[in-house]
Amino acid sequence: MKSRGSKRTVQFLGPGAAAPDFTLPVTPDQNLSLSDLKGKPVILAFYPADWSPVCGDQMTVYNEVLSEFHKHDAELLGLSVDGVWCHQAFAKDRRLHFPLLADFEPKGEVARKYGAYRNREGVSERALFVIDRRGVIFWSYLSPIAVNPGADGILDALERMSNRVGGAVE
Amino acid sequence: MLRVPVTPHDHIAGSQNAPVTLVEYGDYECPACGLAYPNVLRVQAYFDERLRFVFRHFPLQQIHPNAEPAAECAEFAGAHDRFWEMHEGLYENQDRLGLPLFLTLAGLLELPQADLRNALASGQYEPKVRADFVSGVRSGVNGTPTFFVNGHRHDGSFSFEELAAAISVRLRVTAPL
Repeated sequence: MKSRGSKRTVQFLGPGAAAPDFTLPVTPDQNLSLSDLKGKPVILAFYPADWSPVCGDQMTVYNEVLSEFHKHDAELLGLSVDGVWCHQAFAKDRRLHFPLLADFEPKGEVARKYGAYRNREGVSERALFVIDRRGVIFWSYLSPIAVNPGADGILDALERMSNRVGGAVE
Repeated sequence: MLRVPVTPHDHIAGSQNAPVTLVEYGDYECPACGLAYPNVLRVQAYFDERLRFVFRHFPLQQIHPNAEPAAECAEFAGAHDRFWEMHEGLYENQDRLGLPLFLTLAGLLELPQADLRNALASGQYEPKVRADFVSGVRSGVNGTPTFFVNGHRHDGSFSFEELAAAISVRLRVTAPL
């Protein structure tokens, strides 16, 4: 996909690419690495910032769809450049039941690795990645920054992934 | 796109033969849905028999604790052919959702209050509400309210003007040559 006015050094990662590993704070005193989840499908949902308006909020909708993601054994991780305390307050307010990772220092480093960082605004793109059990990107989607992409693309990808030969047990 | 077509199992207001169908995925506790409610009434009045309106549930339970029971209460009324009256009562009284209101509304609609209480306690209508929710997720609902006009997601605002404009476009598309 073409960037929209933001300079990127890494191209937006697509299917077949190895998902770059990372370790980020998930609470003020805990880190989480992508490799910790190896063996499970993982959904990475990069979003620009915490505290967007409540009812149209992407993370709020995903929170309600978690049981559908879990049917595919998939884990959801939300990522933005907000700090860990900001994430904690946001997650508490919205009663989120999945981890938010702070891509805060160095700012946006993980988003950059996935080609999903907006230099001009200093935030990550609204970008989705579905990673298979082996750590390979199965599907990715770069949404227009103002459009909440919903969860249908993720669920379609998880279904296709489960249906491919050996997909469930690879 | 709307993945699950409108069927007689849906709550449908307006003419069966209307050339345009407006589907809303909404949550009774969502303030934005409350703001959209009068606008929907206006587009229904404005387009009259050219528009049918369908409401499906999309309760955001984690941030709106009364949304799911309110949706189940509407389904209970729907099972007694009083869905739209309950729908109206819930949105008109959005600031006091809860069991006392549900029972009061049921009483006003002459529905059996004890049955409503039991239906909510047993989750009798939960599968119907969940089916709506899942159909919304699969159709790209990304918050509440989300509207579809003849199956196409409406990404504009829910002001009367923008909803009416989206409906008008579909009316022109479906008008006979």
